[in-house]
Amino acid sequence: MRKSFFADNPSVLWFLACLGLFTLGVTVLAEATGAGLISTSFVKTLGKVLCLCLVAVAMDVVWGYCGILSLGHFAFFGIGGYAVGMWLMYARTEAIVIQSLAERTIPPTATELNDAIATQIFGVVGASEFPLIWAFSHSLILQLMMVVLVPGLLALIFGWLAFRSRVTGVYLSILTQAMTLALALYLFQNDSGLRGNNGLSGLQNIPGFEAVPQSVISMGFFWASALALGLGYVLFARVLTGKMGSVIRAIRDDEARVRFLGYHVESYKLFVFTLTAIVAGIAGALYYPQAGIINPAEIAPIASIYLAVWVAIGGRGRLYGAVIGTAFVSLLSSWFTGGGAPNINLGFYTIQWTEWWLVLLGTSFVAVTLFFPGGIGMIFDKLKKGTS
Amino acid sequence: MSTLLELSGVSVSFDGFKAINNLAFQIGEPEMRAIIGPNGAGKTTFMDIITGKTKPDEGRVLWGEKSINLIGKSESQIAREGIGRKFQKPTVFEDQTVRENLAMALKNPRGPFEVLFYRKSADGALRIEALAAEINLTEQLLRKAGELSHGQKQWLEIGMLLAQDPRLLLVDEPAAGMTPAEREKTTEILVEAAKTRAVVVVEHDMEFVRRLNCKVTVLHEGSVLAEGSIDHVTQNPEVIDVYLGR
Amino acid sequence: MIRILTMALALLCLPLTVQAQELQSLLQSHQKTIAKPSRKSVGPVLEALVTSGLPTVPVFLEYWQNKDVYSREDDGLFFYGKAAGDTLELIDVDTGETVATVDKKAAKQIKPNGGVRKEIGSALVQFQLSDPDIARRTDAVNAIARDMSGQMLTPLLGSIDNENDPTLLARKKQLANYLSAKFSDDPAHRVAAIQDIAGDLSVEGRAILSQILETELVVTKGASDRNLLETLEIGEDISAPEAYALIVEQHKLSPMVSENEIRLALEANVEGGKVGGIPVQQLNDLSKRENAYDVLASAGAVAPRVTEAMLTDALETYQIHRAFVEDDPVVTLAALEAQASVQTRVGVNQFFDLSLDAISLASIYFLAAVGLAITFGVMGVINMAHGEFIMMGAYTGYVVQQFVPNYTASLIVALPLAFIVTFAAGVAMERLVIRWLYNRPLETLLATFGISIALQQLAKNIFGTQARPLTSPGWLDGAWIINDVVQISYIRIAIFVLALMFLGLLLFILKRTRLGLEVRAVTQNPRMAASMGINPDKIKMMTFGLGSGIAGIAGVAIGLFAKVTSEMGSDYIVQSFMTVVVGGVGNVWGTLAGAAMIGTFQKGVEWLNPSNTLAAQTYMILFIILFIQFRPKGIIALKGRAAGD
Repeated sequence: MRKSFFADNPSVLWFLACLGLFTLGVTVLAEATGAGLISTSFVKTLGKVLCLCLVAVAMDVVWGYCGILSLGHFAFFGIGGYAVGMWLMYARTEAIVIQSLAERTIPPTATELNDAIATQIFGVVGASEFPLIWAFSHSLILQLMMVVLVPGLLALIFGWLAFRSRVTGVYLSILTQAMTLALALYLFQNDSGLRGNNGLSGLQNIPGFEAVPQSVISMGFFWASALALGLGYVLFARVLTGKMGSVIRAIRDDEARVRFLGYHVESYKLFVFTLTAIVAGIAGALYYPQAGIINPAEIAPIASIYLAVWVAIGGRGRLYGAVIGTAFVSLLSSWFTGGGAPNINLGFYTIQWTEWWLVLLGTSFVAVTLFFPGGIGMIFDKLKKGTS
Repeated sequence: MSTLLELSGVSVSFDGFKAINNLAFQIGEPEMRAIIGPNGAGKTTFMDIITGKTKPDEGRVLWGEKSINLIGKSESQIAREGIGRKFQKPTVFEDQTVRENLAMALKNPRGPFEVLFYRKSADGALRIEALAAEINLTEQLLRKAGELSHGQKQWLEIGMLLAQDPRLLLVDEPAAGMTPAEREKTTEILVEAAKTRAVVVVEHDMEFVRRLNCKVTVLHEGSVLAEGSIDHVTQNPEVIDVYLGR
Repeated sequence: MIRILTMALALLCLPLTVQAQELQSLLQSHQKTIAKPSRKSVGPVLEALVTSGLPTVPVFLEYWQNKDVYSREDDGLFFYGKAAGDTLELIDVDTGETVATVDKKAAKQIKPNGGVRKEIGSALVQFQLSDPDIARRTDAVNAIARDMSGQMLTPLLGSIDNENDPTLLARKKQLANYLSAKFSDDPAHRVAAIQDIAGDLSVEGRAILSQILETELVVTKGASDRNLLETLEIGEDISAPEAYALIVEQHKLSPMVSENEIRLALEANVEGGKVGGIPVQQLNDLSKRENAYDVLASAGAVAPRVTEAMLTDALETYQIHRAFVEDDPVVTLAALEAQASVQTRVGVNQFFDLSLDAISLASIYFLAAVGLAITFGVMGVINMAHGEFIMMGAYTGYVVQQFVPNYTASLIVALPLAFIVTFAAGVAMERLVIRWLYNRPLETLLATFGISIALQQLAKNIFGTQARPLTSPGWLDGAWIINDVVQISYIRIAIFVLALMFLGLLLFILKRTRLGLEVRAVTQNPRMAASMGINPDKIKMMTFGLGSGIAGIAGVAIGLFAKVTSEMGSDYIVQSFMTVVVGGVGNVWGTLAGAAMIGTFQKGVEWLNPSNTLAAQTYMILFIILFIQFRPKGIIALKGRAAGD
């Protein structure tokens, strides 16, 4: 089975090979493990891009293959980030508080310790007690389960409601956007229990690894992200192969017909929606420790739309397209907005890319939709046709 | 020949317009039945009701030996009960190969996890080959369905229907847009199918209906106007009125 | 009648003629206090002055308050002074005639401090209440309304009979009513006044009632002789520690020792790594800490802890009551009844006010969404850049105001101009992008999103990131105040009117014009419409322009009460989509219903939880998601074949 799967899908092997080479290359050139040509911050950027690629692959499955333009997958990504961030923040604050209380003549009681941690974390929103949703924050294992469970359950409930009532097309997109907005607005509240618009911060410091330099930690996360992307890619390629893939693509093309073939379309959609939401959550859980901070603005509907943009530019309906589009646009974006791109002097006006990048992105995105619906992935299709 | 499907007292209206009006209909197994009627007679709505796409305002739709009520069941449930439907416009999955199209329709468990862990079997492959031969598409198995001719698409859809191994086939205008040779082949396929199961063909083309050589039901304004052999109904003065519009 | 008149005349003449020096002598009897007044000592003097009934008293008080009274160094007599250069003109306090002009140093200016001047002022109020000048009377009434002090009741009542201005008379009566409700000596008067307030909605009236009903917590051993509202149940109305703290406060028991105090006491008594014989390391447990503390307490080093038994005992011995500060139960009962009736009426009015708010919010949503509903309904196109058209309209208004300084004129220019600008933008977008993407709705959504981010950034590049004002004309400032509870700002009324106008205009265009007929034809069956000679391309272009144009006008309207920023569009886009989806696509009435529903719901949630508009929006969206479950096609859905499912 395994063997025949890879034999049937040579592109998966190609992808894994490229990913492996890329990881190896970065490792050899990185500060902590090799020549030092790639700075720690750039390793972090690359690691983050890999996580974004993973969520983009999930987005491609749900949109490009199943036809559901979800504008909520970045919300699942964010939830994953929050889930792991809660543990990171708790564990780190606990360490700091224990250290500061150690100077007292009398050792603190458990209640005192807990209160001190709570005050430390929630002081910014004027609270000094742990909200209920932090009940498991002391345990890494439980919070890691949350990374999977919360996005999964949310997607399951939301998807069940939406698909059951046969909401499709743009309506469904708007509904997912509404869900995302509701979540973001909820998190913006100070009494949401997740520090309102302050979000969770200091996530780059991994408790228990205080002595390890950031350059090494970032390498660890980079490898983990690459591994997650590889596994996620294989998982989705497996789901999309054979009869399952056939049914999923059929649902995209003519959902009513699939129903008359006797397939319960809603369960398939729910399966895809939930599975991709879970993978999005995992990607988020790997992304935010590298970003260091998560706040509700990250979850705003616009982020999910950007996700769709990346997939569209890369070429939807191709898993590698999502990866290429995301890597290309997000790296380009950080180059332009980071001031890396040279300004263009027109004589009467200087185009500063930090200001004009979004205009360029917006218009080129319109151009891609109009003229290159296949996106960058089209090029590979042409190459494939050329060789065979 | 036992009764397979029985509709009685079925009515449905859209915004005050009665599309189906106190309709009664019966079909046994095996049997071939043609349904004719002028535009707006309610032929498509009739099929929509049987397949669960439209919920009737009143009436009963009973199915099989146990007389299961089909009203309230979802399209997919009804399809799994053994009712297959072919649409007027050929709807095959153009982006997928003929083999994939047929494989999807093949009678197998339909749950997502069963499908996810479905393994290709020799049995299945044989069945696909046989079906392809029956619908004249053996050569085209690996081609994308979108590349087929119009007639071939119609056959593929009938093939997908047969792959479901249904007890009742609902076929909407199968011969539309076909060449005479293709029509002949289509008739052959349908007649062959009707030997083992119930087949309902909705058709405009009298010549095609005549060739099916079966009982004919005439629908008009949402209810049955006449029933009998083709010669019987075509001589019925009411039917003539309706068709010629007096 | 004649007798009364002559008596009054006699009274008026009497002081002037006979007692010409009376004020001066009265003043002299309080010489020291008047020359060096302090807030404490000035009271009796003022009372003496006021009760004397001398007509010259108000004048004196005014001069005194304005620091224009001088005391002659030689004899301590008081004069009004008029300084001119180095000299001072002394004016007699009784006759008002200039007595002498002296050197400045010959008399000492009396400078009462602020507190004293305030006292003088309130003494003056009673004279001003009957002042012939209506402005001064009004000032005096306002001063009473500010202070609400009991001593004003009598003068206020005295001034009512001679008041000839009806508005001021009503106000005086109202104030007198408030004051007698609170301060009258006669309980019957108070009850009557309180019952009067029951028919009143004003904030002042409600404040008076709650002042009368002010309570405090009292702790008694056994029954209380106070006017009680209720006796508190410990554990239910008040927690045991709080109750105990209250008992401690009022009855001098030994206070509970808090966990923190225990810790501090232990820290202060560490000896050789041990406290009370327990090693410090073990003290991370509360019960161990208590043990250690008890050891310290038995040694006398710290105050002993209040034990559980002491606590229970105290709680059983004492009762905690909520008692009215007001002692007369008749009065408080009347006030309670009045308060209940006022609250009911306030509730009704608040509901009315809330309904007005909901209507105005619904108008905004309607304006923002109706353009979207048209494009969505007619073309099945989701325009993500709709919000940016709203922004474009608002910026058009802002730019117009830079050139046309008159706000009314600029508004008259801006509304049609905004329509033209966004109409053009909409048509351009339709021609350049959207028409290539018909039948690919998801891609339209994304392409228009691309346009949206480009436009947003473009606006940022042109106008900067800070908010730009779009000032409304003066006649739109302020609010229509119906009573103290119900009020609505004129801008919101204007927006409501604008929304109504657009509703009418759109219905007219869609139902009564050729364009509308063709639009409806294209909506319902594009192929049939095309075969009947309607050019669907043109219709779609016009429709898109119309929808975008309305967004532009909505932008001007929204800009008038919200700040104009490059991001303002995205604040409305999701709500607009929701409005369209909830209302049902392709139907102006549907959009109206959707806007009304969302507006009402949002205001309703805000009312339940007023501090949190974010929560209101969250719940609103959740509600919409659930709503879609039951009516997937919106409130007003197209049925049958036209729905095209």
